[in-house]
Amino acid sequence: MSTGTSPSGASIRDRVGSAGDVVLKVEDLSVRFASDEGPVNAVQNLSYEARLGRTLAVVGESGSGKSVSSMTLLGLHNPKRTTITGSITLDGTELVGASEETMRGLRSSSVAMVFQDPQSSLHPFFKVGKQIAEAYRAHHHVSAAVANTRAVEMLERVGIPNPARRAKQYPHEFSGGMRQRAMIALGLVNDPKLLVADEPTTALDVTVQAQILDLIKDLQQEFGSAVILITHDLAVVAEVADDILVMYAGRAVEKGLAKHVLSQPNHPYTMGLLESVPSASEEVQELRAIRGAPPSLVYLPSGCSFHPRCDYQDQVPGERCVTELPELRILPNGRQIRCHLVDPERVLSQETSR
Amino acid sequence: MFIYIARRIALGVSVLLVTLVVTFLIFFAGPADPAQSLCAENRCPAVKLEQIRTSMGLDRPISVQFAEYFQGLFVGRDITDGGNVNHCSAPCLGYSFHNHLQVSDEVFRRFPTTVALALLAMVVFLGVGVSLGVVAATRRGSAFDRTLVGVSQVFGAIPYIVVALLFALYFTVLYPILPQTHPFSDGFGPWIVGLIAPAIVLGLVTSTAYVRYTRAQMVDTLAQDYVRTARSKGISGRSVIYKHGLRAALSPVLTILGLDMAGLLSGTLITEQIFSVDGLGKLAITALIQTDDLPIIMGTVLLGCVIVVALNIVVDIAYSFVDPRVRLS
Ligand SMILES: Nc1ncnc2c1ncn2[C@@H]1O[C@H](COP(=O)(O)OP(=O)(O)OP(=O)(O)O)[C@@H](O)[C@H]1O
Ligand SMILES: [Mg+2]
Repeated sequence: MSTGTSPSGASIRDRVGSAGDVVLKVEDLSVRFASDEGPVNAVQNLSYEARLGRTLAVVGESGSGKSVSSMTLLGLHNPKRTTITGSITLDGTELVGASEETMRGLRSSSVAMVFQDPQSSLHPFFKVGKQIAEAYRAHHHVSAAVANTRAVEMLERVGIPNPARRAKQYPHEFSGGMRQRAMIALGLVNDPKLLVADEPTTALDVTVQAQILDLIKDLQQEFGSAVILITHDLAVVAEVADDILVMYAGRAVEKGLAKHVLSQPNHPYTMGLLESVPSASEEVQELRAIRGAPPSLVYLPSGCSFHPRCDYQDQVPGERCVTELPELRILPNGRQIRCHLVDPERVLSQETSR
Repeated sequence: MFIYIARRIALGVSVLLVTLVVTFLIFFAGPADPAQSLCAENRCPAVKLEQIRTSMGLDRPISVQFAEYFQGLFVGRDITDGGNVNHCSAPCLGYSFHNHLQVSDEVFRRFPTTVALALLAMVVFLGVGVSLGVVAATRRGSAFDRTLVGVSQVFGAIPYIVVALLFALYFTVLYPILPQTHPFSDGFGPWIVGLIAPAIVLGLVTSTAYVRYTRAQMVDTLAQDYVRTARSKGISGRSVIYKHGLRAALSPVLTILGLDMAGLLSGTLITEQIFSVDGLGKLAITALIQTDDLPIIMGTVLLGCVIVVALNIVVDIAYSFVDPRVRLS
């Protein structure tokens, strides 16, 4: 569980393992919920890896399964209503089918999560310092005073001025940005190898967003952990991510290095996402939202889930897009996409220039 | 904080003063005619009625009567009753028209019984209601949950008086496994033991509301983001439910509890009547129905108002300790 670091000695890392090591391996993960309408296939056949010192961005429209897949990493779904298959290996431990006891030991100490809405994610009745200290004490046998010192230290580390005084305040006395900083402090208090940040900046105003992203970037360098950053803001991805995973209707549709994917998307959906982002650098802006809406996860379209919204079906011989689900395949350039197009890079770049 | 409390108390006192005036007008200037019920004869001669009114001071202008009553409340007063002059010290609520005892003595003598009954019932309905509500919420949708919600709805729908009567009939008369009630003068033991039966039925019936209320609050709280955060820390499931969940779910319950306790402490009319508990509720009902005993009615109403106002202040203060977002300023 814990590495047993003293509260003051944890700032300099001496982690077993080094940058680039795979800390999380997700293989063929599917998550299904029971619902009145029928089974909701929130995540299907998802595979990805997270490495120490690297940031993986998970992007996709609302409802594409980003949060569901990452909450599975902490075992936060209600086991009675959820069917999870596949494999998740976190630092050598298999999480799918693991006992609640095992999961409890890993939460916060090996994998921590920063949730979307800092407004509602901290308990309104407890002091901020106490809430952070509680997570520390769940994994370290230390006195309340020691845990408190650690909490203050963490608050200072995430850039909260006057941390000792702030630790004694309640969440409602914090601004939105401060609260998100406190959430990050809470996430990092046990020095986890994996930090999942689920849209950590969506609820914040623009200037604060940039600060929080910088903070996450800095802390990752300092802590050397793996970061999974969930977002639907591609500008955020460009700024902080090393790798990118694009999800559509519960499946991975494109995976690769962030800078490559952003400059040259190989999947029509990624392309559509990029075209719907306003870019500050271009004078003439042609904003095009992807037509149509994401499908229902109870009644997925046949074949490729994206085909009803795709402009490139005619480039694929026959009705394959409608009848056959494309496999995730590796292109010669190393990119992975789930698409029937034979040479997507050529097809999509023609589109841009025409 | 102190300024806030002082302001609340000042406000409470002014509410009480208004209530005092209004209730006095309603009772003493209203259509009730205590003289009629005090007159032994069936068709009371007008002369006799007049005599009674004069001896009780009811023939004087209402403002004079009120001034006297008001003075009695704060400094005490002398009351002439059939030629004798008795001193009634503050807080003087007058003398009973019926048995000529001091109202304040009559009221305060019964107050401990009502308080004990209310507190015992509270132990029952909080204990049963909150714990079952929490269990139902954590096992939402289970057979246990559905049974419990069903049972509590059925019990909540049957008129209380029926439940209480049947309970009293079965457990204190037909199968007397629960002890009978005793007045305080019979000694502390029999007195408190006698309150068990009424406290159980009052508590259980009240608990049906607390089951449903606690369950609803708890279901709502457990779905909150901060409970998910708590779970993501790796603390025990118990801590998540009780420390993080229940703590937040109970603060709205506190408000309801304050209202309910104010109601119970000013006298539980039906329960006290059915189980012959000699408390405020029974005193008030007897005074109201049988004797038109205005000073007793006034006294119980005023005490009830004091309790309501005081508990409101207590709940507000307690709330500020439970929920730090509520600032007393
Ligand atoms: N407990 C649940 N029971 C049933 N369906 C669920 C449950 N949780 C999530 N879903 C469904 O799974 C789908 C994926 O949800 P998810 O929260 O992962 O989307 P997301 O990609 O995070 O979107 P957003 O950008 O809006 O956060 C949604 O359609 C949602 O309605
Ligand atoms: Mg989400």
